[in-house]
Amino acid sequence: MNAIVINDVHKYYGKLHVLRGLTLTIPKGECVILLGANGCGKSTLMRCLNGLTPHNQGTIQLLGEPLPPLANTQLRRLRQKVGVVFQQFNLVQNVSVFQNVLYGALGQQRLGLLTTLSCFATNELRERAMMALDRVGLAHKAQDNCRDLSGGQQQRVAIARTLMQEAEIIIADEPIASLDPKAGRNIMDLLLEVVHERGLTVLCTLHQLELAQQYGDRIIGMKAGTIVLDTPRQQVSLVDMQQLYHGDTRVDQTQPPHMLNLTPANH
Amino acid sequence: MATNVTLERLIRGAVNLGHFLGRAFPPDLSNFDILAWSMFETLNIAIVGVTLGVILSVPFALLAARNTSPAPWVRSITRLMIATMRTIPDLIWALIFVVAVGLGPMAGVLAIVMDTIGFAARFFSERIEEVHPGPSDALAATGAGRLSVIGGAILPETLASMTATSLYSVEKALRSAVTLGLVGAGGIGVELAAAMRLFNYDRALTIILVILVVVIGFEQLSSQIRKRVM
Repeated sequence: MNAIVINDVHKYYGKLHVLRGLTLTIPKGECVILLGANGCGKSTLMRCLNGLTPHNQGTIQLLGEPLPPLANTQLRRLRQKVGVVFQQFNLVQNVSVFQNVLYGALGQQRLGLLTTLSCFATNELRERAMMALDRVGLAHKAQDNCRDLSGGQQQRVAIARTLMQEAEIIIADEPIASLDPKAGRNIMDLLLEVVHERGLTVLCTLHQLELAQQYGDRIIGMKAGTIVLDTPRQQVSLVDMQQLYHGDTRVDQTQPPHMLNLTPANH
Repeated sequence: MATNVTLERLIRGAVNLGHFLGRAFPPDLSNFDILAWSMFETLNIAIVGVTLGVILSVPFALLAARNTSPAPWVRSITRLMIATMRTIPDLIWALIFVVAVGLGPMAGVLAIVMDTIGFAARFFSERIEEVHPGPSDALAATGAGRLSVIGGAILPETLASMTATSLYSVEKALRSAVTLGLVGAGGIGVELAAAMRLFNYDRALTIILVILVVVIGFEQLSSQIRKRVM
């Protein structure tokens, strides 16, 4: 069974044609690393995948279910199965670490926030949150305020939040771009461990080519809103990957394919 | 001249002020319990009004802020309502409510509620619009509903600023509540209006001194709390 099936997806921001007919299939349990220069449409694809940004054309299927075009209960149910790890961690700063992990269960609870606030949460939920925190090695920080944690620790809390969510797919948008190299490597190790333990499907964007060569099963490269590289990790060459960062990479500086004329790029 | 400022009138005014002060001293401290009771009523009007006003300001602010409003037309209407509440002065609200619910503290409370929403809902909604969208996205990505995202990510980030605005509203409301009595909306203002009209200037001075002490004391208390919260 396939976890993610994307078929001819287009996305426009006003006149800007960002995603230019993407087609991609990711089987369940595969770990895919997505590469591409800034402005090539990676983050837009990530946001389209769980409907945070609606796409304009084409279809997206998650775990066999089509992603509905409008924000409704069906979309909310589908989002529960997709955990997102952000570059900026996106924790709620003024509440405790523990509460942030509990927020991962927001989608599962029928009463939403009411039964997810730490003062009202059931013992079962609190136990699960503590186990998630323990898994990322931060059980001792449960009652701390998020702003007192380091970047790496904050990203660990964000991973604990997706564990709490019991997601089947993890979308990680440059999860280590704001971290120093050592913390970044630790986070990648943790993420991949967790993913293997639970048999999750991962789509993770990265900027560090040397890391891309070490993690995941398959490498996909994007350039100016289209997929230009798709190979198993073992077969990828550094030159291919470096090519992704040269020439016309940005969607706001290049014409979409059907408007290209035949003059070669002058880069 | 339209404003009718002439030297002759200014001099006459200064003489009249002298008369007022002459008759105001010494302040009349008789029946002080009635004054104290009126002052207590004023405090009640301010606190009840501001509490209701601040509580109502939260939904108004959420409907008026760009990132939490359900639809653009809801946002426009709410903003118009808040602007109306702010533009009409508290004294005029009091006059309107005296007509609507009769003389007494209830009219004062309602006037303060209006004035507080006009002020606090605007600041709340501006603060809500400044909230970083990341945490809201993260909660929405877990499959959370709209209200859960607002309660889980947006309100915690705005709480400190909302508390400070609310405390400032209390100070503002207390100052309004004093004057509301002048139009019959309850509290110590009623006593002050009566004393002035009956030329009991010595009693009026006592009332003004009581107001001064209470308002300054309250502002001190409130700024202490604000410093601790921020």
